[in-house]
Amino acid sequence: MATAERKERFAGVSGRPVKRFYGPEDIAGMEYERDLGDPGEYPFTRGIHPTMYRGKLWTMRQFAGFGTAEETNARFRYLLEQGQTGLSTAFDMPTLLGYDSDHPYANGEVGKLGVAIDSLKDFEILFEGIPLDKVSTSMTINPPASIMLAMYLVVAEKQGVSWDQVSGTIQNDILKDYIAQKTYIYPPAPSMRLITDVMAFCARHVPKWNTISISGYHIREAGATAAQELAFTLADGIAYVEAGIKAGLDVDEFAPRLSFFFDVHNDFFEEIAKFRAARRIWARVMRERFGARNPRSWMLRTHAQTAGVSLTAQQPENNIVRVTLQALAAVLGGTQSLHTNSYDEALALPSEEAVRIALRTQQIIAEESGVANVVDPLAGSYYVEYLTNKLEEEAYAYFEQIEAQGGVIAAIEKGWFQQQIADSAYRFQRRVMNGDYKVVGVNAYVDPNEKPVTNILKVNPEVQRRQIERVRAVRAARDQKAAEAALAELRRASQTDENLMPYILECVRRYCTVGEICGVWRELWGEYREESVY
Amino acid sequence: MAKLGLDAHDRGAKVIARAYRDAGFEVIYTGLYQRPEAVAAAAIQEDVDVIAISSLAGAHGVLIPQLIQLLREQGVDDVLILAGGIIPDDEVPALLEAGVARVFGPGSDLEEIIQYTRENVKR
Repeated sequence: MATAERKERFAGVSGRPVKRFYGPEDIAGMEYERDLGDPGEYPFTRGIHPTMYRGKLWTMRQFAGFGTAEETNARFRYLLEQGQTGLSTAFDMPTLLGYDSDHPYANGEVGKLGVAIDSLKDFEILFEGIPLDKVSTSMTINPPASIMLAMYLVVAEKQGVSWDQVSGTIQNDILKDYIAQKTYIYPPAPSMRLITDVMAFCARHVPKWNTISISGYHIREAGATAAQELAFTLADGIAYVEAGIKAGLDVDEFAPRLSFFFDVHNDFFEEIAKFRAARRIWARVMRERFGARNPRSWMLRTHAQTAGVSLTAQQPENNIVRVTLQALAAVLGGTQSLHTNSYDEALALPSEEAVRIALRTQQIIAEESGVANVVDPLAGSYYVEYLTNKLEEEAYAYFEQIEAQGGVIAAIEKGWFQQQIADSAYRFQRRVMNGDYKVVGVNAYVDPNEKPVTNILKVNPEVQRRQIERVRAVRAARDQKAAEAALAELRRASQTDENLMPYILECVRRYCTVGEICGVWRELWGEYREESVY
Repeated sequence: MAKLGLDAHDRGAKVIARAYRDAGFEVIYTGLYQRPEAVAAAAIQEDVDVIAISSLAGAHGVLIPQLIQLLREQGVDDVLILAGGIIPDDEVPALLEAGVARVFGPGSDLEEIIQYTRENVKR
C-alpha cells in the first residue's frame, strides 16, 4: 500500500530520480572479486591502498594565493603552521594566461584571484623558507604549466634539493580548459605537445612529479552533472594516454604519474559513488584497453575540492556545514588529497579565519569522527553500489557519444561539451528557481534581516604597482643578451619536435618572464578562440 | 551580455544570457576576454538597450568604469548598464557612481533580474 511522501519525485543535485530504497535486486549480477576487490586490489573500487587512511591520512592541501609572492608566502607559512600537509598555489589571471603584470591586459587583474608571477624572482620569494624536499606543492596552471614547473625546479636547485626529491603536481590539463575553465592560450595541437613534453621530461628527470592533474573540478563547477564530470574527465585522461603513446612513450613510463582532480558536491552518496566508479573505470581502461602492466598505471589517484559553486553568499556560515558534508563524502570516497573551501568564498578570496575553519574541518573529520579508521566502510550498501554501477554505466554511454563526435578534441571544436555543460547548468538553475531544488538561505529559510559579511579579504590595490616595478627591475638587472639568446633558442626548438623543457629551464634561469616565454609561442602558434555556446 | 578582461568564469553569464533569451530578449553574448573598447564598439554597432556585465575575477572596479567612459565619449548615455557576479558590497557604490544601474549579487533570482531589466530599459 502506498504511503504518502513529501514529494512526487525525489532527485539529487544531478536530477537523477531516486527510489524510496534499494535492495539486492538493484545490484544483481555484481561480483565482489570482479567489481570491487579488496582495498588496494584491482579494480581498486574500494581504494588504491590496502590500508588507506589507517596508513596515511589524505594530504590536506588548501588552495592559496593572492597579491604578490610575499603575501602568498606568508599564507603558505601560516597554513603549514596550522597543520596543512601540502601546498596548493593559486595564480592570478594574467599569469594563468601568460601575460606579465605590466601588460595592458593585466590592468586591474594583478594579484586578484591568485598570486602574480612574472619571473623566477617571484618564485624565489614565493618559496622562501619552505623546504621543497619536505613539502609537496600543487600548482593550478595550464598553458604556462611547463614554465611554473621549470621555475620550481630551479628554486629547488637553489635550495640544494635535487629534482628527484621534489614532489607535487602541475595541473597542466588543457583539455578541460577548452571544455570548461577557458584559461587556454594556444590551439589544441601545440598545447598537447607542451603536455607530452612535460610527461616525457618528468618520467626521466623528476620521478615524483605528477605531470597532469586531469581535472573534473572545473567541468563540474561550470555546470556539469556528476556523471558528466566523471565521464568527461576520464575521457580527457584517455586522450592524454593516447597522446603520450603517440608521442612515443611507453604507457607504463608516464601513466603512474597521471593524477586526477574531482569536485565534491552536495549529493552525498552520488559523490562517494563517483570516486569509486572513477577508480574502477580507470583501472579497467588502463589494463584492458591500453595494456598497462604496472599496477601503478591502473590506480586512479585523486585530489578533491569541495564545490565552490554550492556555496552561498546568503547566510555564509551555512557553508561550513556544506563543506563538512562534502569533505566527508570525499573521504568516504577515498581521495588522496583534499581542499575544503572557506565559508566566505561566495564573497571573496578566503580570509585567514575562514581558511583556518576549512582546514580544521578536515582535521576534525580525520581525528575525531572515526571515519579514517576503516577502509571503504560503505561497500556493500545497496544504494552506494547501485550508484557506483549506475555512474559507471552513464560514463560509458558518454564515452560512446564522445567517440561519435570524433573524439575529445573534435567534440571540443564542435562545442559539444560546452553545450552539454551549459544545458546542465541552466537546468539546475531552473530547478532552484522553481523550488524543485532547495538551497537553504537562498530559496528556503531565507533570513530577511541578514547582515552583510564584513571581514572579507581585500587585495591591496598597491599590489599591481609593486608587481609592475618588480618585473621592470628584473628585466633591467638581468643579462639581456643571455635572456634574448635563451628565448631565441626556445623559438628555434619550438619549431622542431625536440623536448622543450630544457629550453624553458634555460629561459627561466635567465629571468625571462612568463609573458616573454608565452609570447614566443603566441607568435608561433597563434591563439585559440571559441564560439561561445549557451 | 559581456565578460570583461581576463576573467574566464562564464557559467553565470551563460545562465543569465539563456534566461534572457527564454524570456524573449534578443541576446548577444560577447564571449570571453573582451576589452572595454570591444564591448563598447559591439554595443554601439548592435544598438543594444542593455549591457549586462558578469564579473568574478575582481577587475570590475577598473574595467566597468572604463567601458562606461568609452560609451559616454561616443555619446551613448541611454543604455541600461547592469553588473553581476562576485562583487563585494563595499565595491557597489563606486560602480553605481560610475553609471551602473544595479548590481546583482550571487544567488540572485533570474526572474527578478529579467523583471528589473524590463522595467528599467531606457529606450
